Amino acid sequence: MSAEMTSEGGHGAVPTGADVPVEAKPATARRDWPLYEVFVRGKRGLNHVHVGSLHAPDGEMAVHAARDLYTRRNEGVSIWVVKAADITASSPDEKDPMFAPSGDKVYRHPTFYEIPENVPHM
Amino acid sequence: MHEETVYEALANAHDEGHWAFGTGFDEPLAGVDTTVPAGIDPADLGEYCVMLGDDALVLAQRLTQWITASPELEEEVAIGNVALDLLGQARLLLARAGSVGVLGRSREPATESIPDEDALAYFRDSDEFRSTALVEAANGDFAQTMIRLLAAATLRLAAFARLRDSRDPVLAAIAAKGAKELTYHRDHAARWVLRLGDGTEESHRRAQAGVEAVWPLLADVFTATDIETRLAAVGVAVDPGEVRAEVHEVLTEVLERATLSVPGWPADTPPRGRAGEHGPELAELLATLQGLARQHPAATW
Repeated sequence: MSAEMTSEGGHGAVPTGADVPVEAKPATARRDWPLYEVFVRGKRGLNHVHVGSLHAPDGEMAVHAARDLYTRRNEGVSIWVVKAADITASSPDEKDPMFAPSGDKVYRHPTFYEIPENVPHM
Repeated sequence: MHEETVYEALANAHDEGHWAFGTGFDEPLAGVDTTVPAGIDPADLGEYCVMLGDDALVLAQRLTQWITASPELEEEVAIGNVALDLLGQARLLLARAGSVGVLGRSREPATESIPDEDALAYFRDSDEFRSTALVEAANGDFAQTMIRLLAAATLRLAAFARLRDSRDPVLAAIAAKGAKELTYHRDHAARWVLRLGDGTEESHRRAQAGVEAVWPLLADVFTATDIETRLAAVGVAVDPGEVRAEVHEVLTEVLERATLSVPGWPADTPPRGRAGEHGPELAELLATLQGLARQHPAATW
């Protein structure tokens, strides 16, 4: 066994001889399972909420895996799964130009109306 | 008023020590009328509940052997859920057997503080178990496990669907609840069999080998014992021969769609497991299930 060690990488002393494997095993077929994001709607809810993610070989198995992982405590009655790769998301780098301008436009909030006393359902 | 949650109930229940190896916190048949309807022999009914309960208990134990060893995390939770459903069914059925006085020799080593269903699960020997070879067989690889689950769930669902009309109201209620669970178990197993059979060359080969290994275990699952015949005549139990056509049809359809070849159905043999004759697989399984409880029968926490 080689006596060469390195401490780079933050894993403590790791031997670096020629016979020590330094790469993870090559990707096996199951690494091809895509990531799915899971959305669940509760019995009393109107919308699906994001509850987490999972890996599955295809959409149908993803729905069933979501049933087993995310509805164990009777959280919901409807499940949507979407491939994470199909989701287009805003980038955190664009946070300021995308969202900051709406922070100081108080006139967009309907708070200046005075509701008369005898209007029952507003 | 603040409703006590399950966790608070556990924390507040200091008064009596609970037996360490059971749940002990609630009676499974609490509030249920457990009187046996007229014209039904309670001993027969109890034995039948033991048959169905042991199938579930043994299969649950087999499935939980995949915990920490499943191919994927999602599958591990799924198999765990299936096993827990079956464990719940086992608990209800064995509690029903205990409520009509069928306890075998389990009460001798078990102290009085142990609930009936736990005494039956932990303190019976192999020869008192009434499970079939189908559920006792070792898991094999993942493909074989799913094919065995498919066969066992199809068989059990076919029986439970008919048991919903049983004359014993407790058995009917257990069957109604169990049928919903078993529908999902059968569906889960079928999905895997389809994907493994109609998958890669390796998965197809393993799935076919799994079929060849599981098929002989179906030899005694359609043969009725005397108890089942008597109870079926009074509308309590389901004669296992009745479900043969449905089980054959479902298994054939799934295997054919999975591009697997269906072996010839084994010839009927007399019931072995149902008569208490078991191989070494059950003894090995029970050693793990019962070992700790038998070493410390009066442990509480």
